[in-house]
Amino acid sequence: MEQVGSIVMYLIIALAIIVFSVMAVTERRILRAATYLLFTLFAAAGIYFMLDYQFLGAVQIAVYAGGIMVLFVFAILLTHKPGEKTALLSSKKKALGAIAALLCAVVSGVAVFTQLSFATARLGENPGVDMSAIGETLMGTARSQYLLPFEAVSVLLLACIIGGIVVARKK
Amino acid sequence: MEQSVYFYIIPSIVMFCCGVYGFITRKNMIAILISLELMLNAVNINFSVFNRFLFPDQMEGMFFALFSIGIAAAETALAIAIIINIYREVKDIDINELTKMKF
Repeated sequence: MEQVGSIVMYLIIALAIIVFSVMAVTERRILRAATYLLFTLFAAAGIYFMLDYQFLGAVQIAVYAGGIMVLFVFAILLTHKPGEKTALLSSKKKALGAIAALLCAVVSGVAVFTQLSFATARLGENPGVDMSAIGETLMGTARSQYLLPFEAVSVLLLACIIGGIVVARKK
Repeated sequence: MEQSVYFYIIPSIVMFCCGVYGFITRKNMIAILISLELMLNAVNINFSVFNRFLFPDQMEGMFFALFSIGIAAAETALAIAIIINIYREVKDIDINELTKMKF
């Protein structure tokens, strides 16, 4: 029974990812495109939860769906009239985009389906990634622990705050 | 039916290709940024999927996705600051209208 539930859950999430990411890049009203992006991000968080990475899913929802989407909506409302549609694409541009996307799909598809070394890999038992293990890995200095990247990211975020203020402030 | 890696890779490939399509066809800078976010997300999913399926007792892929999310947030904030600054100068964020680097 649990198996059936997880399959149904998987189908919903995969379908949501495919449908909403297609809609996010073809929708002509930009605010709606941002909303479809939000749904795609939620579905990606669902994938993280299905893989038993609860912390990663929570970060995805908090940072992407909570933070970045608010920025997007603010920027769209500051720079567009509501309901404004973008111009129709020329068929040449559309064909170019479709060719690039197909090429990308073919290359990655061939790479994935001929790479048989992980074809038999199965979703095993829950590895039990608990919060204390994540915290120790993030704060430790031993091998495969991440204090230095953590500090580097914090400096990067500080630089980003200062840069954002400098770029966006009125002269 | 047991879940294999392909179950998760295929939605991720579709997501990435949608990002590529949008990145090429879109004219609006914010729409381009949305396509970029799609591509970044597809890559994050791949990192965590390969980590979970191939090396379930390690956490490298998950932490890479975690740092990648943080850096994507910083990048988006800065890009939107630049877009708003451009809008203030040119009153348009269509990439065909932006022909000058300096105003």
